[in-house]
Amino acid sequence: MNIIELTLLIWLGSMLAGFVGALTGLGGGIVITPLLTIVFGIDIRYAMGAALISVIGTSSGAAAAYVKEGFTNIRIGMFLELATTVGAVVGASAASRLPGSTISIIFGIVLLFSAYASTRSTHSGGQTNGPDHLAGLLKLDSTYPTAQGIQRYHVRGVPLGFSLMFVAGTLSGLLGIGSGALKVIAMDQAMRIPFKVSTTTSNFMIGVTAAASAGVYLQRGYIDPGLTMPVMLGVLMGSLIGARVLPTTRTASLRVVFGIVVVVLAFEMIFHGITGRL
Amino acid sequence: MNQPPTGWTDQRVENIVAALLRAGVTFAGAVVALGGVVFLIRHGRALPEYSRFGGEPPALCTVSGVIRGVTTFRGRNIIQLGLLILIATPVARVAFSAVAFAFERDRMYVGITLIVLTVLLFGLAGGHL
Repeated sequence: MNIIELTLLIWLGSMLAGFVGALTGLGGGIVITPLLTIVFGIDIRYAMGAALISVIGTSSGAAAAYVKEGFTNIRIGMFLELATTVGAVVGASAASRLPGSTISIIFGIVLLFSAYASTRSTHSGGQTNGPDHLAGLLKLDSTYPTAQGIQRYHVRGVPLGFSLMFVAGTLSGLLGIGSGALKVIAMDQAMRIPFKVSTTTSNFMIGVTAAASAGVYLQRGYIDPGLTMPVMLGVLMGSLIGARVLPTTRTASLRVVFGIVVVVLAFEMIFHGITGRL
Repeated sequence: MNQPPTGWTDQRVENIVAALLRAGVTFAGAVVALGGVVFLIRHGRALPEYSRFGGEPPALCTVSGVIRGVTTFRGRNIIQLGLLILIATPVARVAFSAVAFAFERDRMYVGITLIVLTVLLFGLAGGHL
């Protein structure tokens, strides 16, 4: 197989991943690395570099649509970025010191966690809480539009949320993923931020976090232009098409199918890591 | 909430941000596609070597190296330039937020945003810990 044929196949696979990722809300980036390593036999470091770049693309692409809806809380995002960007640089540095097999096993475990988290993603934080001192000090409380008009919300659990964000950032840099699932959990569950605000703010943060790791990846030679080109273009196009057809599509059964695919890929990654085939 | 004294409402800032992001992603995608065409025309028939990690040559690992290669119209360097533009979109968004917070006279968040920006630039410089 020459470069043209491989590029075309990777482009199609990435487009499908981006499309399904947008429809299911899991994001396409998380299956890119397993797809490239297991199906195409590409070294995990090149795969992570390409996936990380595609994560920035989908985050910025989706954010352009999200910001107008008025859900994103830029103060929450920016404050938590303190934790995720530092974590990302630490994780990316650690990635270059760990063997590919170890990264593969960690990747598989995180995939399993993401699949599990996606099955219970419709939680919305109980908004019966009063103001929290630290959140007030950091001006994190805000409002968001709902069907019943503009609604106020209070943020709490700031130290726990901040710590979880450091972990999310570290995993992002270590594995070349967006860590969207963990970010949403940190905001939705630990900080009791309304679900819509959590998902859109998480999307904003994913791009910034990934940009922090991207420089490290670039300098370590993880980002191969010939490989990243079809991945980035494919995921971006797929996710834009997915976002467009999302309002008119029933995604319940698709989520189940995609969840199963993710679980299979997770065990493959762990198996490949243990047998040292990557 | 502290209302900004000028016309810098949150909504207006967000609209500019949306336009900024869309333009950045579109431009990056176009540059990557252009570089991809050049790359495939020149090297498409070669055999890929992605299964073993060898790292990338210095010309593709640093901002200055990428730009030098673009001036000689090398496909791989043009792709890499497009990827750098893509990486720059969230960085630009953070920088823009710092300005917006400054207009809102929110010193605490100007500080927080500048720290985030510093970490981002540290990462882009290679992030050697």
